[in-house]
Amino acid sequence: MADFEVPVLNEYPIIPKVKEGVMAHSSPFIAAEKFQTPLGYPGELPDNWKEVAIDKMGELLGKYRSLQVFLDICVHCGACTDKCHYYLGTSDAKNMPVARQELLRKVYRRYFTFAGKYFPKLVGAIDLSKEVLDDWYSYFHQCSQCRRCSVFCPYGIDTAEISMAAREILDTVGKGQKYCNEIIGKVFVVGNNLGLPEPALRDTLEGLEEEVEEDTGVKVRFPLDEKGAEVLLVTPSADFFAEPHVDGLIGYGKVFHEAGVSWTVSSKASEAANFGMFIGSYENMRRVALRIREAAEELGVKRIIFGECGHAWRVAYSFLNTLAGPFDFLDPKYPVPQHICEFTNNLIKENKLRLNKEENDHMKLTFHDSCNVARGAGMGNVEGGQFTIPREIIKACCNYFYDMPKDTIHDATFCCGGGGGLLTDDLMELRVKGAQPRMEALKRVTEDHGVTNLAAICAICKSQFAKTLPYYGFTMDQIVSVHQLVSNAIVLKGSEQEAELDGAAE
Amino acid sequence: MTLVTTLYVGLFYAATIILVIGIALRIKKYAQAPAPLKIPTMPAPRTQTGVVMRMFREVVFFESLFRANKWTWLFGWLFHFGLLLVLLRHLRYFTEPVWFWVNWIQPFGKYAAFAMVIGLLGLWGRRFLVDRVRYISTPSDHLILALLVGIGLSGLGMTYVAHTDIVALKSFVLGLMYFSPQPLPADLFLLTHLALVALLMIIFPISKLMHAPGVFFSPTRNQTDSSRERRHVTPWAQPVEAVQSGKR
Repeated sequence: MADFEVPVLNEYPIIPKVKEGVMAHSSPFIAAEKFQTPLGYPGELPDNWKEVAIDKMGELLGKYRSLQVFLDICVHCGACTDKCHYYLGTSDAKNMPVARQELLRKVYRRYFTFAGKYFPKLVGAIDLSKEVLDDWYSYFHQCSQCRRCSVFCPYGIDTAEISMAAREILDTVGKGQKYCNEIIGKVFVVGNNLGLPEPALRDTLEGLEEEVEEDTGVKVRFPLDEKGAEVLLVTPSADFFAEPHVDGLIGYGKVFHEAGVSWTVSSKASEAANFGMFIGSYENMRRVALRIREAAEELGVKRIIFGECGHAWRVAYSFLNTLAGPFDFLDPKYPVPQHICEFTNNLIKENKLRLNKEENDHMKLTFHDSCNVARGAGMGNVEGGQFTIPREIIKACCNYFYDMPKDTIHDATFCCGGGGGLLTDDLMELRVKGAQPRMEALKRVTEDHGVTNLAAICAICKSQFAKTLPYYGFTMDQIVSVHQLVSNAIVLKGSEQEAELDGAAE
Repeated sequence: MTLVTTLYVGLFYAATIILVIGIALRIKKYAQAPAPLKIPTMPAPRTQTGVVMRMFREVVFFESLFRANKWTWLFGWLFHFGLLLVLLRHLRYFTEPVWFWVNWIQPFGKYAAFAMVIGLLGLWGRRFLVDRVRYISTPSDHLILALLVGIGLSGLGMTYVAHTDIVALKSFVLGLMYFSPQPLPADLFLLTHLALVALLMIIFPISKLMHAPGVFFSPTRNQTDSSRERRHVTPWAQPVEAVQSGKR
């Protein structure tokens, strides 16, 4: 199945011994010039690349307090060394968060600090060279920016900030990553990551209307570009075409229908994900974010709601107001933006949804906290709402729910292994190995409680698990959308399911 | 005044100036670098009071480190709180009359020196024994530990092995503070202790020791979770905004 060794799943997690260079060969495809230019980056290494790179580093140090402080204050205590899923799955020394940071920090020291300028050997400072640049390219594309290390660091040093800066420097010297940069280009031209044009979207959404009507007998609408709708739904484009994503989208549609809230998807902002964050580019991230504001203005909506998408939710929750606000043209009664889980959970609490848990009785569920939702965003305007709200929804829709071990959930959750711009086939080995800690935790609840399915609220997690589950002896259909569970359980007014249930009760 | 006294007077004035100005410049850099985006490690406190509490738990109890690794936490906490008590105890050499609470701390401070050294040795041991920590250790990591252990041991030496003339030492220190230099007792433990302390002061602003003031500037720990309620903007992001809004 694979031309690399798939890690074993142990009874209890084992911290691997450090091995040097075992993942040095892992590098994603480099972006060709045609993918670099639209983002404002050169297509190849300029002659004075070293100067350009150091200047860029200096510029970023002045722009981001996080970078300046994080590069300065690490004491090499080692708290983070066993926290990264890529280290746990690959045992490559440079996948320890601190070692990954050191790749950039060593160069920072050499050019920007007194100790590194005059005593480089003593503090481990090195000159920037082609080899260093290649190391950056390889290992900063072995970080999914999941922030797990920052939870455990006594100073909160976040390797995500460092790898974003490193990728921005790499882009500036023409070493961009094909996967991310090609996708950002598609978003600018077509409107979404998958490059689905408006007619294809319309076709898909119409197909969903037919499907739901066939299943329930109720005409649930899936509108596109409908002016005057109350809600603009911004969702990852995977929701429009792949399993299990699309089942989630069907769930959102049913919830909106049942709530009697008019909504629409926008062909212009038909993508929630913002890959500008992955490459650390404020300008590109802002350009991507602005589409959402423009779509909301053009369609005249009152609220913006995001679908199930992890990194998208971080950009939406934490950055959207900064990047594309103020949103004073929207209804101030609602947070901007809202998460579909917040919307659905509110309805459940208000008893506005009729849910038949038995519809999900063929599954025993666990929930995978997506890294960027868990550690990069919030929900429900309460601390930790991003953990409780999705679980409350699942429990309202299912009879069987079991959490994975405590040190693998909530803010200690493991990344799926495909986040932060690494969900590409040229990084398959890394993705499979990076999934190991999550697979191990899943195996625990499979054995202890007979868990059959893993629910998630992130398009990347869903795609990644569909691909990596089989490597570990699971099946690809074990990953489900949270709103797929809602979709299964929801009893629409006037539906065949309602008639059946009430008939049975009489 | 002897040559030794002159040397140490000069050394301490220089070290103090480097320490104070060096740290001030570093802090200025941290404070002036903007934080363009809200990046607290979530879940984060939703109020400023909550942030103060989070920082308090982090700085006093090493909350995150406790979650990360119990051994590193134990040794790290022993060292830092040993050091704190020891430093407070040392105030008796800088105050006349000695503040009453410094007298209270005195007996604890004496034993805290052991905690400090044990903590340091534990942390140092990890740099040899744990392969991951060994891999990330640089020569300067070892040297800073050696320096701190040296300071601890030479200090303990004066308490338990060969007492120095503490009255003369105090008048030397007060002399430094009031710019009227007094002779320094020239015994080995004291001279070693003071030289190492001066060295520590000098390297402080250019080393990882900056984690002490730096932690307060860490955006992942000092920001509130309020991005949806309050728009967070920084000056450098404005030009981008202007350019792109123009396009719209």
